[in-house]
Amino acid sequence: MVIRPMINDDTVKNNRIEIDLVLEGIYQCYGYDFRNYAHAHIKRRLDHRLSLSRMDNYLEMLHRIIHNEEFFNELLLDLSINVTEMFRDPEFYKSVRESLIPYLQTYPFLKVWHAGCSAGQEVYSMAILMHEEKIIDKTQIYATDFNELILSKAREGIYPVELMKQYTKNYQTAGGKASFAGYYRADYDHVLINQSLKEKILFTYHNLVTDGVFGEMNVIFCRNVLIYFNQELQNRVLKLFYESLIPGGFLCLGSKESLKFSECSPLFEPVSLSQKIYRKKR
Amino acid sequence: MSSNFKAIVIGTSTGGLSALPAVLSPLMEDFPLTILIVQHLSAHSDDFMVRHLRKFCDLEVLGAEDKMDTRAGCIYIAPPNYHLMVEEEGTLALSISPPVHFSRPSIDVLFETAADAWQEQLIGIILTGANSDGTSGVKKIKERGGHVLVQDIATAEAETMPASASEFADMILPLDQIGNYLNNLVQNKTS
Repeated sequence: MVIRPMINDDTVKNNRIEIDLVLEGIYQCYGYDFRNYAHAHIKRRLDHRLSLSRMDNYLEMLHRIIHNEEFFNELLLDLSINVTEMFRDPEFYKSVRESLIPYLQTYPFLKVWHAGCSAGQEVYSMAILMHEEKIIDKTQIYATDFNELILSKAREGIYPVELMKQYTKNYQTAGGKASFAGYYRADYDHVLINQSLKEKILFTYHNLVTDGVFGEMNVIFCRNVLIYFNQELQNRVLKLFYESLIPGGFLCLGSKESLKFSECSPLFEPVSLSQKIYRKKR
Repeated sequence: MSSNFKAIVIGTSTGGLSALPAVLSPLMEDFPLTILIVQHLSAHSDDFMVRHLRKFCDLEVLGAEDKMDTRAGCIYIAPPNYHLMVEEEGTLALSISPPVHFSRPSIDVLFETAADAWQEQLIGIILTGANSDGTSGVKKIKERGGHVLVQDIATAEAETMPASASEFADMILPLDQIGNYLNNLVQNKTS
């Protein structure tokens, strides 16, 4: 098949203008602010919905977004990525056990924030780890997300049973000290996370883009959320984290995220460079 | 081909472990293009690919990280279990959105975003592989005016991927000629 490139093609530039208009429309209409999200990510998610709903262009989509809230809610799920696992990146959890827990054991009371907690898998993973390290009793965990639907899933703590094989393997690789099956109850094709793990967790709405400081945290986990933000928004959120941490508090990012390319880098010192664990400078 | 190339994207799966060194090792020391690579890997592998390719290259080989700038003469490898994308400004972006063609990283995701970023200054290369990831990607590269190179299936360990992409190929070459072809291409450009 011969595809002739158009000479002096403005498609990329024009697409960008249309996509900016879509994001502006979403913000004005529904208050969700995706205007400073990573453009490549947003474009791919919009393209995905565009082809599923057989629309020709972004402006047609914008019209539908504005006039059809149901369609917007569908798109909202496309735009927020909720792919995760329990003990995702086992090496990270191992590193938390080795380099973070000894510090946390020295505090009389702990506040932990999971920012962008999605369906809760990593929140429960950390609760299990803190239980095994005997610090859960002095800990209050806050788990937040901007998507109410996914937040209610997190609160339920119900996951498909077929995922347990992978989760168990992750748990063991992460240095789990007990039997993973002891942390949930299987019921037909789903499992329910133990009530005792939920008691220490407060699931609540918070939007990193539009909401403010969440105070006095000892640790903030924000893994694989910042990758969806552009550099400007990333810097803004990192400052929010800085202000939400006590002096010497810890910030844990995703394995492929880094402070290296951010202007906030001087505010933190690395605890584990390979696992992206940082500490707020005093 | 009228313009100077700035970047190369390479996609491969089955057979890529030996095909990639064959392409990269002949590249001259001062090769002036940015190179981005997706090799399908198990979600749970480590940075093995980066270490593996360093043994065969004069060029710098790096594991891609989010918000990393791309430099000329540098090779970036998509990390296991993440999609690698290029922003229109040429910085790298990662995502854990669902797999495409059962793959994360997916070749289509890299190629389609790179096509927007570099347009007619991009070369896309499909090597050996056993699924059709990459075909939409090279189609997009053609739409944006870029150059598409596909490995000759007679030299491919797995045929499906290059066979599927070949309908969009500007050039089909045996594995052992690709590296020198790229050297000549950039030398002709700069002279």
